[in-house]
Parts: sequence; C-alpha cells; structure tokens
Amino acid sequence: MTESTGGIDMDEESSGTVKKFAFINRKAPYGTIYALESLEVVLISAAFDQDVSLVFVDDGVYQIKKGQGTKAVGMKNFSPAYRALEGYDIEKLYVEKESLESRGLTEDDLVVPVEVLTSEEMATLMDEQDVVMSF
Amino acid sequence: MKFGILVNEGPYNHQAADTAYQFAKAAIDKGHEIHRVFFYHDGVNNATKLTEPPADDRHIVNRWSKLAEEHGVDLVVCVAAGLRRGIVNENLAPGFRISGLGQLVETGIQADRTVTFGD
Repeated sequence: MTESTGGIDMDEESSGTVKKFAFINRKAPYGTIYALESLEVVLISAAFDQDVSLVFVDDGVYQIKKGQGTKAVGMKNFSPAYRALEGYDIEKLYVEKESLESRGLTEDDLVVPVEVLTSEEMATLMDEQDVVMSF
Repeated sequence: MKFGILVNEGPYNHQAADTAYQFAKAAIDKGHEIHRVFFYHDGVNNATKLTEPPADDRHIVNRWSKLAEEHGVDLVVCVAAGLRRGIVNENLAPGFRISGLGQLVETGIQADRTVTFGD
C-alpha cells in the first residue's frame, strides 16, 4: 500500500491545507484506461482530507451507468467502486444534465446518487475549485 | 507563481507531452517555479531511457532530463501506472523518480496552479 500510494506521508507544508479538488471524468469506462486510473487518483485524494468533487461529463457519464457487463471484453467491472466512495467521505458527485440527456440516460440509470447540474451550473462549480484535474 | 504539471499522454504519440514541456520551459524562463511534473496514464512513457527517436527528431525524454538537471525540476512517475506499462527503476531516464499518486495530490495542494496536459 505504501509503495503504490507513496507520498501519503504528507510533509509539513501539505498538512492542514484543504483545497477544493474536482476530478473531471470525460471518457467512457472501458475504451481507454482514463476512467480506471482517474478513480485511483480519487481514492488516494481521500487520504489527504481534501474537499473532493467528482464530475461526470460527456461519455464520462457511462462510468457510473448501471448494469455494466465486462466479461466479454476481458476487463474488470470497476463500477461497484463508485458505490464505495461514500466510505471514503467522497460524497460530492455531479453529472452534467446535457451529457445524460443526449445519451438517453436519467439519474435512475446510475449506480450512485448524484447531483445533476446544467452545463452552466457545471461551469460555476468548476470556477469555484482550487484544483481541477481532467481525465 | 508555483506550477504543478500533470502529463497524461505518451511522447511522440500525443502533443500533450510536447506542450507540457513547452509550458514548463516557458514558465521557468519567465521566472516561475515548477513544483513538480507528474507523469500519469501513458505519460509514464516520457520517462524511459530506452527511447531512441530518429536523429532528426526532438528527443522528448532527454529534454525532460535536461530540464531536471538544469532547473532541478522534480519529475515524478506514478508507480502503479508505470508498473502497468513496464516503466521501472531499471529503465528510468536520469532526473526522473518513481513514486505514488499521493505526490500528485500533494502537488495540487502545494502549487498555486495545477495544469493538466492530456487528451
């Protein structure tokens, strides 16, 4: 654990500082590795006690879609991990309304409770962040 | 200003690796500080010393190493992403070090701005 999370031992400078982090998930879950590796960053960030938000836009909304079956493509279905985020105190999940609608999805299709924001509201949310990392 | 840089794409395959370097170089030339460059996803491929581009092309890996040597820039490769792609200490180019994702989060906390270069 220590090796793969290295740097968990925060130096003096980082401890105590709480910044607003937003991780922007833009890609479908299995065509590329971005979604899986983004989730790894999110889980690590929890150890730093930061104010973390997760954003799902564009094909990123498919990352939290119910009923993912990955057996045929030989990849691990990691969507259950999003349900575990609550246990890491990561509870701010936002999904862009337009991205859902243009894909024929609704909140009921998602594995976790989210807050749906319009793209305009999403822009405001991002504007409020200290650190935005986009995957 | 203190910048953190996240590089998410591999060299030669994607312009992000070039743009990140140009950005870092320009920032240093303007008197800013680069707190850390963190290599993630295929970005870890920026760190292999086995890279040998044609002689008339830019050498992206050596360019990073030179940046570390001349300006003391901290070049950090994600251990988990590196292991997946075969980037380990044995083939690590000079100036790079392998560490964990915590270093990326730490950069986000400590730098004034963190800039992502990716697809």
